[in-house]
Amino acid sequence: MHITPDAIIYARWGIVNMNATIVFTWLIMALVVIISWSVTRSLTISPQMRQLQNLLEILVDGLLEQIREATRQEPEQFMPLLGTLFLFILVSNLLSVVPGFKPPTGSLSSTSALALIVFFAVPYYGIRKYGLRKYLKGYLQPTPFMLPFNILGEVTRTFALAVRLFGNIMSGSMMGAILLILAPLFLPVIMQLLGLLIGVVQAYIFAVLAAVFIASGLQAHEQPKET
Amino acid sequence: MDTLGLVAIGSVIGAGICMGLGAIGPAIGEGMALSRGLSSIAQQPDETNTIVKFMFVGMAMVESTAIYSFVLAMILLFANPFWNYFLDKAGG
Repeated sequence: MHITPDAIIYARWGIVNMNATIVFTWLIMALVVIISWSVTRSLTISPQMRQLQNLLEILVDGLLEQIREATRQEPEQFMPLLGTLFLFILVSNLLSVVPGFKPPTGSLSSTSALALIVFFAVPYYGIRKYGLRKYLKGYLQPTPFMLPFNILGEVTRTFALAVRLFGNIMSGSMMGAILLILAPLFLPVIMQLLGLLIGVVQAYIFAVLAAVFIASGLQAHEQPKET
Repeated sequence: MDTLGLVAIGSVIGAGICMGLGAIGPAIGEGMALSRGLSSIAQQPDETNTIVKFMFVGMAMVESTAIYSFVLAMILLFANPFWNYFLDKAGG
């Protein structure tokens, strides 16, 4: 039994392995890109729009609203990053009910990559708004004595973000596999349904937490200006 | 009893204790969060959306400790480094 899809290797060139995580990541990206591209070719403002266009409009509208509520700022600047994260994780988690599909979010390597993106996005937005000097000053905020703890907080929350997503999705597929051995008839179906719910909630939580981190990175450095 | 058996016993018991104790704390914490959230919804039904959202985010934070212990238990059971080391030694 494999804990992560990293262990399933399809092809190998020298030190480069093509494992299941990479393959399914590219599959998901291709799926999302192709669907969005095919929908945006024939956009219409008449009420008789295609169902897929309606779905995408609802998604984008809802995401904008959620980001606005979480960050209390103009959501358009965060939309490319947070929307992409949410959509990728959502599609990956939802497709985990397809037999033979190994969700790439169930491997620690890809969730670490996603968390690292958030880790670097926080100073990016902060520096873009306040400039390097003012942003770095924020780390000395209550007193310079707090500098190591501020840095440690950034690192540990990135770690928590990665392990949370990995653990949830991995536990879902793991439970499914174990229950399939123990009670193959009925119980795995319920676990799959629960897995769908958990997948959606985890995608939502990942995006909202990223939004909250970015917003806190912006707001923590805003306070000295006001006082 | 040989060392291999002792490692196996230790791993399985350790995984069980890890999962059991690791589930108690987050369960209590999530229950408290849920009860506070529900009572604040009962007091201010207009703010339901905001309360539910922050409750979910906080619960995800609390839940991550349970996830840590689950990952640890899974490692102990299925990807045990000590176990692999002894297997290599016995097999090699």
